Amino acid sequence: MIWGVLQFPGSCDERDALHACSLLGEARMVWHEERDLDGIDAVLVPGGFSYGDYLRAGAIARFSPAMEAVAEIAGGGAPVLGICNGFQVLCEAGLLPGALLRNVELRFICRQVDLIPESSGGLRGPETPQATTRSTETLSIPAKHGEGRYYAPEGMLDELEAKGQVAYRYASGHNSNGSVRDIAGVRNEAGNVVGLMPHPEHAVDPLTGSTDGLRVFEEVAAAGGVSVGAPA
Amino acid sequence: MAKARVLIRPKEGILDPQGKAVERALPALGFEGIEHVRVGRMVELEAADPERLAELCEKLLANPLIEDYEIQTL
Repeated sequence: MIWGVLQFPGSCDERDALHACSLLGEARMVWHEERDLDGIDAVLVPGGFSYGDYLRAGAIARFSPAMEAVAEIAGGGAPVLGICNGFQVLCEAGLLPGALLRNVELRFICRQVDLIPESSGGLRGPETPQATTRSTETLSIPAKHGEGRYYAPEGMLDELEAKGQVAYRYASGHNSNGSVRDIAGVRNEAGNVVGLMPHPEHAVDPLTGSTDGLRVFEEVAAAGGVSVGAPA
Repeated sequence: MAKARVLIRPKEGILDPQGKAVERALPALGFEGIEHVRVGRMVELEAADPERLAELCEKLLANPLIEDYEIQTL
C-alpha cells in the first residue's frame, strides 16, 4: 500500500506523518500543486498551518490542486486520513461534516489525551474481527492545537451518531477544547474519510511513550478496504 | 470596479471565546456595562461583478455552518 502525504506551505507534521505511513507501507510526499495521485492508494492530510491558517484554518488549502485530486480519489473509496489541520482542511472541503472552532479557553492545547474509538456500526467495509476488538480500547495520543473545538449543529450531530460517523471521542476529562459531545474525530458516511484533532503520527514509537497511533492508521486503511503492509 | 465590504460574524448561539475574552478584560480597564461582545472579521474588496459576491462568501470568505455574512456595497 502506498500512502501520499500532502505538503502545503505551512504544513509542519508531514515528516512525522511520512514516517508513520512508511511503517505501514510505502509513503511519498505530495506537494500541494501536484494534481496527479496516480499509484497512491491512501492519502494523509497532515497537521500544521497550511497557507498560514489565513482566513480560517484549512479554508485556503481546500482549493489546492492536490486537494481537488484528493476529493476525487476519496469519492472512489480510497482511505483518506486528516490529522489536526488536515482534519480542518477536510471539513472545509466538505469531505467531512462539521467545523473546528477556537478552543473554548482560547489557549493552545498541548497534552497527551485518551481517545475512545467508535466503530461505524457495520457501515464500514469488510473489517477483520481483530480490528473490531481493538476499536473498543482507549488510545493514548498527543494533541496540540488552538482551533480544535469540534462543532456541528444539533440535528447534524444526531444524524452523525445515528449513522456511526463519530470515529473518536475524548475520554472523560480529556475534552479540553470544548468539542460538542466530546467528539475528537469523525468519518464520512462511506467510512473511508476520517479526520481527528489529536496526532496519531506522533505516537508510533515506544520512544515517545505510545504506539497507539498506529491503530488509527490501520483502521483507516481497513475502512477503505486496503490491506495494510508493504506491497509484495 | 465596485467597492464592497463583507462582515463575517460567528452564528448566533455559537460560543465565541474571543468575544468572551474581550468582555472579561474590559472591567479591568474601567469599562463597565459592556455585554455580549462578539468578534468577527471584515473583508474589504473591489469586485468587477458584485453579483457574484454572495457565492464568494459561501465558498470562501465565510463558513456558512458557523458564520453569517453581510455584504455592503459601498
